[in-house]
Amino acid sequence: MIFSNLAALQVVVPLIGAPLCTLFGRGILAWALSTAVTWFAFAVSISLLMQVLCCGTINYVMGGWLAPWGIEYRVDHLSALVLLLITGVASAVMPFAYQSVAREIPREKHRLFYTAYLLTFTGLLGMVITGDAFNAFVFMEISSLSAYVLIALGKNRRALYASFQYLVLGTIGATFFVIGVGLLYMITGTLNMVDLSERLSGQHDSRVFLAAVGFLVVGLSLKLALFPLHLWLPNSYAYAPSVVTVLLAATGTKVAVYLLLRFIFTVLQVNQQPDLLPVVDLLFPLALIGMFAGSIVAIYQTDVKRLLAYSSIAQMGYILLGISMASERGLIGAIVHVFNHGVMKAGLFVAVGAIAVHAGGTSIQNLAGLGRRMPFTMAAFTICALSLIGIPGTVGFVSKWYLVLAALEAGTTRGFIAAIAVVSASLLAIIYVWRVVEVAYFANPSDGEASVAEASWQTQFSLWIFSSSCVAFGLSTGLTAGVARLAAQTLLGIAP
Amino acid sequence: MSVLGNFNYVIAITLSMIGLYVLIERGNLIKKLVGLNVFQSSVFLLYISMGKIDGGTPPIHYEGIAPFSNPLPHVLILTAIVVGVATLSVGLALVIRIRDAYGTIEEDEIQALDAESGGTE
Repeated sequence: MIFSNLAALQVVVPLIGAPLCTLFGRGILAWALSTAVTWFAFAVSISLLMQVLCCGTINYVMGGWLAPWGIEYRVDHLSALVLLLITGVASAVMPFAYQSVAREIPREKHRLFYTAYLLTFTGLLGMVITGDAFNAFVFMEISSLSAYVLIALGKNRRALYASFQYLVLGTIGATFFVIGVGLLYMITGTLNMVDLSERLSGQHDSRVFLAAVGFLVVGLSLKLALFPLHLWLPNSYAYAPSVVTVLLAATGTKVAVYLLLRFIFTVLQVNQQPDLLPVVDLLFPLALIGMFAGSIVAIYQTDVKRLLAYSSIAQMGYILLGISMASERGLIGAIVHVFNHGVMKAGLFVAVGAIAVHAGGTSIQNLAGLGRRMPFTMAAFTICALSLIGIPGTVGFVSKWYLVLAALEAGTTRGFIAAIAVVSASLLAIIYVWRVVEVAYFANPSDGEASVAEASWQTQFSLWIFSSSCVAFGLSTGLTAGVARLAAQTLLGIAP
Repeated sequence: MSVLGNFNYVIAITLSMIGLYVLIERGNLIKKLVGLNVFQSSVFLLYISMGKIDGGTPPIHYEGIAPFSNPLPHVLILTAIVVGVATLSVGLALVIRIRDAYGTIEEDEIQALDAESGGTE
C-alpha cells in the first residue's frame, strides 16, 4: 500500500507538514516536525530511486484520473536523482537550522519560518515529480512565493529589497513559462509532457510553436539565473538567512535546470529535430560568458556569501554548457554537476552560516585566523572549496571531467573552445577560493576576536555530511554518474 | 480575420506590453506591482480566449448542445488568478516592510540609501 503511493507521499507529506507547523509548532516542535518531514521525504526519495533503478519509470495516476486527462506524477532516473538532491540537502541542513534559525529569526516567527521552509520544499519536489506542464507552474509558484518570504526574513534591511527584486523577476519568469505552456496547449490540446511531445511532432514550423519555445526557454532561464538574467540572485543569496541560502543555492536553481532539461529534451526532443538545435546553440555563448563573468566578479567580492553567490552563476554556466552540447556525455556532465554543485554549495553555505554566527560576520576580514579558531569548520569549508575548483578526488572533478570529455568528443572548434573554457574558468575559481582560504589560514586575526569558538556539534554534523559527500561522490561515482548516464540516455531517447 | 478576428489576442499582447513597460519604467514599487499584475492579467486573457469556440455554449453537459467552449483553460486560469493574488499580496506586504525599513518606496532612493550605508552591512 505505502509503496505504491510513494510518489504521492513525496509531495503530500511536506504539504501537510507545513500547516501543521503553523498550528502546533510551539517552541522546538516546529523544528522537530520539519526535521521529521524532511527526513521522511529523504527516505521516500531513496526508495523511489531504488524502484526506478530496478523497475523503470514510475507513473503515478493522481486520484485515479488517467493521463493525459488527469495529472500524472512521473519519476524517471533524472527526477529521482534531483529528488534525492533536494530531500538530501533539505534534511541534512536541519541540524544546522536548529542553531542558525534560533540566532537569526525572532522566536515568535520560528513556526512561520518552518512553514515557509516546508512549502518551498514542497514546491521544489512538486516541480520535479509532476508530469503535467501546468502543474509544474503551480508548484513553481508555491516554491517561489514561500522563497520570497524566507528571503525577506533576513536580518539586514537589504533582504527586503532583494526579496522584492526576486519577486518581480521570478514572477516575470514564471509568467513567461505559463505563456509558453499556454501556447503549446493551444496547438496540441494537452498539458501532459509525454503527450505533448508526441503531439508536437510535425508542428515545428508553426509560428505559435516557435513563440512557445522562446517563452519557455527565457522564462526558465530567468528562474535558473542564466547569465544576463541573473540579477536577482546575488542579493537574494547574500541577505537571506543562512539556512534559506543553503536550500535555495543548492536546490532552487537546480530545479529550474531540471525543468529546462525536461522541456528541451523530453517535450521538444531537440536532439532529434535538427531545426530546433538553435535553441541549445543559443545557450552555448551565454554559458561561456556566465562562467567567466561570474568567476571574475566573484574574485572582486569582499563578502564571502556574495562571492559564493557569483560563483553559483559561474557554475550554472558549466551546467548549461553541458546542456548546449546536447550529447550523451554533455548531458551526463550537466546532470552530475547539478547534483555535485548542489552538495558542495550546500556545504560551503553551511560553513559560511557557522562563520556568521561565531565570527560575527561574513566579510573576508571576519575570516582572518579562523583556520586555527574554527579548525573543523574551516577544514570542511576547504574540502568543499577544493571541490568547487575541481581537484581530483572531489565531486567537482567528476563533473568537469565529463564536461571536458564531452567537449573534446564533439571534435569541433566549439567543443575545443568549451574544453579550454572549462579549464580556464576553473583557474579563476582557484583565485577566488584561494583568497578566502588564504585569509582563514595565513592572516593574523584582528584583535578582539580571540573568543571565537568552534561551531556547535549540530552544525558540524550538517557540515560534515556535505563535505564528506563531496569526497565520497568524488571517489565513487557509481551513484551519481551511473544514474546520470541512464537519465541522459532516457532524455535523448537512446535505449540504455 | 486579421486584427479584428484576433481582437482578444491583440488586447492580450497590448496589455502585457503595457504591464512590462510600467514594471520596467516606474521607480515606485507599488506602480511596479500594478504593472506586474497587468502583465499577469494579460496572460489570463490569453488562456480564456483560447478556450472559447465560435458559437460555443457554456460547458454544461446537456443533450442537444453540440459545440461548447473548452472549460479546461478557464479552470487553469482560476488557479493562475489565485497565484496572481498571492503574488500581489506578498509583494504589497514586502513594500510595507520596505517602507518601514527605508522610509521610502522609490527605487532610486532605496538604492541611494543602500549605496550610502556602503559595503555589505
